[in-house]
Amino acid sequence: MPDFRIGERGDAVINYLRDHFGGFFDVIQQVMTDLLGLTYQALSALSPLAMIALLTVLALVATRRIGLTLILGVGLLVIESMDLWFETMQSMATVLGATAVALVVGIPLGIWSAFSPVVRAIVTPLLDFMQTIPVFVYLLPTVLFFGIGPVPGVVATIVFAAPPAVRLTQLGIRQVDAETVEAATAFGASRWEVLREVQLPLAKATIMAGVNQVIMLALSMVVVAGLVGGGGLGSIVVNAVQSLQIGASIEGGLAVVILAIYLDRVSSALGGQGRGNPTWWPRRKPAGADAAHAEQVADGVGAPPLSKAAA
Amino acid sequence: MSGHYSQPTGESEELAIVGRHLTKAYGLSERKAAKALEAPDPAAAVAAEGGFLGAHDVSFQVRKGEMFVIMGLSGSGKSTLLRMINRLNEPTSGELLIDGEDIVTASKTRLRELRNNKIGMVFQHFSLFPHRTVRDNAAYGLKVRGMPKAERHERAEAALARVGLAGKGHKFPHELSGGMRQRVGLARALAVDPPILLMDEPFSALDPLIRRDMQDLLSGLQAEDRRTTVFVTHDLNEAMRIGDQIMVMRDGKVIQVGAGVDIVARPADDYVSEFVSDVDRARVLTAQDLVRPALLTMSVKEPPDVALRRLADNEANGAFVFDVDDRLLGVVSDTDLLVAINADQPDLSGAVSQDYDTVEPDAVVGDFMHLSGRRLVPITVVDRERRLAGVVPRAAILSALSHVKETSHA
Repeated sequence: MPDFRIGERGDAVINYLRDHFGGFFDVIQQVMTDLLGLTYQALSALSPLAMIALLTVLALVATRRIGLTLILGVGLLVIESMDLWFETMQSMATVLGATAVALVVGIPLGIWSAFSPVVRAIVTPLLDFMQTIPVFVYLLPTVLFFGIGPVPGVVATIVFAAPPAVRLTQLGIRQVDAETVEAATAFGASRWEVLREVQLPLAKATIMAGVNQVIMLALSMVVVAGLVGGGGLGSIVVNAVQSLQIGASIEGGLAVVILAIYLDRVSSALGGQGRGNPTWWPRRKPAGADAAHAEQVADGVGAPPLSKAAA
Repeated sequence: MSGHYSQPTGESEELAIVGRHLTKAYGLSERKAAKALEAPDPAAAVAAEGGFLGAHDVSFQVRKGEMFVIMGLSGSGKSTLLRMINRLNEPTSGELLIDGEDIVTASKTRLRELRNNKIGMVFQHFSLFPHRTVRDNAAYGLKVRGMPKAERHERAEAALARVGLAGKGHKFPHELSGGMRQRVGLARALAVDPPILLMDEPFSALDPLIRRDMQDLLSGLQAEDRRTTVFVTHDLNEAMRIGDQIMVMRDGKVIQVGAGVDIVARPADDYVSEFVSDVDRARVLTAQDLVRPALLTMSVKEPPDVALRRLADNEANGAFVFDVDDRLLGVVSDTDLLVAINADQPDLSGAVSQDYDTVEPDAVVGDFMHLSGRRLVPITVVDRERRLAGVVPRAAILSALSHVKETSHA
């Protein structure tokens, strides 16, 4: 077999990129640093207890379940009691920043690939590649481009976490009943109107499942990002493991798990999954309908008989 | 065709939709399809390339205000053809004129205009928008048109009221039963008040009683609106119930076009007769489909003895009697004639009795078949001026209701 010296060529490409596109990477680094900084400032603006209260209320609004909200609130208090609150907020900033970028890129790409077989043929293997290549293989080059700090971790996180946004958006749109799309078209809707008024709303649940996946994958990268100076809980765990402080690593790990559960439950509830339907939740009254009428239609026999010929 | 308005002719003014040589090849690129269609046997050529012909050289005409039914089994090309009318399916070749305008060559913008203003559509599986209320579903075409919310809601509610869903506008589709959902589908099409309505097996997903209700609803709306409607179905009884014209399709080709009774009475080939074999003929055939001339008629001026001899010559027991203006007076029997002869009467006026049953030409066989065989003469078909149109012998009814193929006029 001839030796294609793939490794050497890869080296050369990375060096070339570093030498000729340094300015480009500097811009990205600056933008990402600002994005993370702003997110972190927002998350740490309040005192830990105030922030915990706010996040708990948010969880209640999203999930509409009291029991779950209590568990999530207690979890957040446990993080504070371990004195890991600001590290947790740092990790959350990383997760939210990476998720935001992954969605901004991933959802439009998913829509595009749902409509274009050509785009799909290009994007699908690329996504496979992004999901299967070991993280460390591209983590080190990102350090070369962006230097030690939070940015290479976030970039690696975006690469790792973006595929479900593309895949599930594409799936959600293609799953929308073809006849329903046809119906909108038959009434004269343009492609854009069909997308905005029919396909996206009907694909929403699937797209939101994708968003949830992106968040969870981003969270799973928190510790890895700690290896390249990502800060937050990742650094806590990495430092603890490197200095054999088992207790500290357990604490860091526990905080990651609590953050994961919180983000998972809240984000999936926002997508309509696992949301409670309690009686105390304020309901919109249907316009122009009295209750008796609504009852009648609810059993599906409300239509007045139109003909006597139904014999 | 240049794609613009064709010269208006006396004939085409009455025609809402004209399809000419419409062909649809599935699964082939445009170039390959064009080449395959030039072969001596296009169907085989398309199949050889790995595609198939959904519709093959179909021409048809739909008059204004007519309920035009396309009928066939699944895969016969009926939905393919229907979807060509608003170009949800692009014809591979052929032309399709709506009010004289070729829509195959219409621009995208013009096509959207046509879909929005001229052509409403109702779908087999309702295809409502599940995330919108019934009112918003019904108002969808108007929303696309850019009509302000209050106005389009008002018109949507009016359309909902017409289909019997007044006051249900705030519901969501999943809260309604199947029949009610299709009423929403119908209201969505009616709300834009299109001159042309396309219906793709709209009632076949409903259970029989509801289907019957919906057919009556549609017939009622049709009686008010006289809207040009193209209705696809695989159910011949449904086609008979609602259709003015029926086009039978098979394997992408037109087999027969005609009024329902023509198709039942004179199926064009074995396929159609197979199709019509399970139709309730008694509800489809009318007196005029089975009528034949009365063999023996007499003038009231005839002498009774001559009349009796003619009865004997014709091996009959009775005959129709007409007055001098050819109006039906009644019948005479052999025994009545004998009485008249013995009484020395000069003509038949004294012997005429009313011992017969009459029906009008458009009476349905099922409504009068119980009368047959009770009287001296066969069931008598008369028009409004009491002129004899002919008779329907019991044997004709029996042979028409059994699956005897040729049941046409004698």
